[in-house]
Amino acid sequence: MIDIHIKKELYGANGTMNLDVNLHIKEGEFIALSGKSGSGKTTLLRILAGLEDAKGTIQVDNKLWLNNKKTIPVQKREIGFVFQDYALFENMTVEKNLLFVNNDKKLAQHLLELTELDSLKNRYPNRLSGGQKQRVSICRALMKKPKILLLDEPLSALDPTMRTKLQNELLSLHKEFHTTTIMVSHDPSEIYRLANRVIVLQNGEVINDGSPKDVLLKTQGSQKFSFEGELLDIKKIDVIYVAIVAIGQQLVEVVVSSAEAKNLQLGDKVNLSTKAFTPLIS
Amino acid sequence: MNFEPFIISFKLAALTAFILFCIALPLAWYLSQTKSRAKPFLEALTALPIVLPPSVLGFYILWALSYNSPIGAFFEDTFGIKLVFSFSGLVVASCFYSLPFMVQPLQNGFESIHKNMLEASYIAGKSKLQTIFQVALPNMKPAILTAIIVTFAHTVGEFGVVLMVGGSIPGKTKVASVAIYEMVENLDYTSAHIYSAIMVGISFVVLLSVYIFNARQNKRFGL
Repeated sequence: MIDIHIKKELYGANGTMNLDVNLHIKEGEFIALSGKSGSGKTTLLRILAGLEDAKGTIQVDNKLWLNNKKTIPVQKREIGFVFQDYALFENMTVEKNLLFVNNDKKLAQHLLELTELDSLKNRYPNRLSGGQKQRVSICRALMKKPKILLLDEPLSALDPTMRTKLQNELLSLHKEFHTTTIMVSHDPSEIYRLANRVIVLQNGEVINDGSPKDVLLKTQGSQKFSFEGELLDIKKIDVIYVAIVAIGQQLVEVVVSSAEAKNLQLGDKVNLSTKAFTPLIS
Repeated sequence: MNFEPFIISFKLAALTAFILFCIALPLAWYLSQTKSRAKPFLEALTALPIVLPPSVLGFYILWALSYNSPIGAFFEDTFGIKLVFSFSGLVVASCFYSLPFMVQPLQNGFESIHKNMLEASYIAGKSKLQTIFQVALPNMKPAILTAIIVTFAHTVGEFGVVLMVGGSIPGKTKVASVAIYEMVENLDYTSAHIYSAIMVGISFVVLLSVYIFNARQNKRFGL
C-alpha cells in the first residue's frame, strides 16, 4: 500500500509547472506512467526514490518516507530503480553489479538464470549489448527485494524484437516477485501487455487513471476501427481530395470531401475511423 | 656528482602529491557535485596558483609562514616547527602551488562519471563515502593517475616559490631546479647540462607512461 500526496514546482522547457500528484497504489500493482515529455513522469519517479525532494507525504506500508518534517534518505528506501541508460557499474562484472547491491549469491544466480545471463556473469558491462545491459540493470534492481520497482523508460532504447523479449521477462519477473512496479512508458502495446493500471500525466497533474483498455483504446461509440494519426498532405486529384495520414509507422491514403479538406490543416492530429464493413485479416 | 638536490626534489614531490591527493579528493568531489553559488568562487580560488607569478605566491606564503604572522608563530610556538627556509615550509608552499593540478583532473574525473551511476549506488543503499571509493574512483583511474603525476611533475619543476620560501640550503631545501640555476650562475655548464638532461629524461618518461596508460584504459572501457 502506497499513498502519495506530493507537490513540487518544476522549471521545464515550457516555463514553471506545478507537479501535484495524489495517488493510492495497491501492493503488487503494475502501473504504467504515461504522458508527454516534460509532464513530470521522471520527476515523480525520482521523488519516490528520494533522489529529489518535494513537499507532501509518501507513505509505504505504514512507514513514512516523506512528510513535511523529515525525509528518509534514498539509501534507506526499499526501492529498485532501472534507468533508461542502464547506469551499470562499469568497473564491476555482471555478477559483481548484482552482488554490490546485496551479497546474496543464490538470488543473483537465480535472477541471472531467469534472464539467461548466466553465461555472461563474468563479463564487464562494456562488452554487453544494450538488451543485455538492461537485463542486468533489471536484475540489479531486484537484488534488494524492493517494495517498489521504478522503471524509467527501461526499454525505449532497444529495438522492437529485444523490447518484446524484455517485456516478457519483466512480466515473468513480476509474476514471480509480485513487486509493486511503476514504469514510465510511451508504447501502448507495451503498456497493454504489462500494466494493469495506466496513469497519464499532463503538466504535472493526473489527467487519466484506469485500466489500459479504458485509457488506451481509441474506439468509442459505435466505430469498428479508429486510428489516431497525423495529417501529412492533402492533394486534389480531379474532383476529389486525397489525404495522406501517418498512423504509427504506416502511411494511409484516404478520400475526403472538399468540405472536410477545407477544415483540415497539415500537421493536424486526426482520427480515422470507419463503421460497418467487413475487414479481412490476412 | 652530487645527486642530493634530485632526492630532495623527488621527496618533496612525492610528499606534496600524497598530501594534496588527500586534501583535493573531498574538494574535487564537492566541486563536482555542488550546485551552490559559491562554486565559481571556490574554483577561481583553486585555480589562482596557475595564473599568479610564483613570486607573488612565494611572497604571500613566505609572509604567512614567517614568525611575524599568526600562522608561523602558532607552528613555531606549539610544534616547534620553523616553516620558513625549511623542508616542511617547502611542502606547505608546494601544496598551495600545485593545488590546481591535483583538484582539476580529479574534478573532471568525478564530473565524467555519469550521475545515474552514482545514483544507482545510493539506491543500492551505499553511502557517499562507499560510492566514492567503490564506484566513482575505480571508474576514473586515468583522471587519478593524471592528477598524481601532473602534481608530482609540476612540483619537481617548480622554481620561484621554492627559492623564495625555502632558499637554497644544501641538503635541506636545495632542489634540482634551484641547483641548476646556481650552476648556471657559477658558469658550471657541465653540471648544468647533466642535471638538465636528467630532468628532461625523467619528465618525458613520466609523461609518456601516463599517456600510454590512459590510452590502454580508454581502449579497455571502449572509449
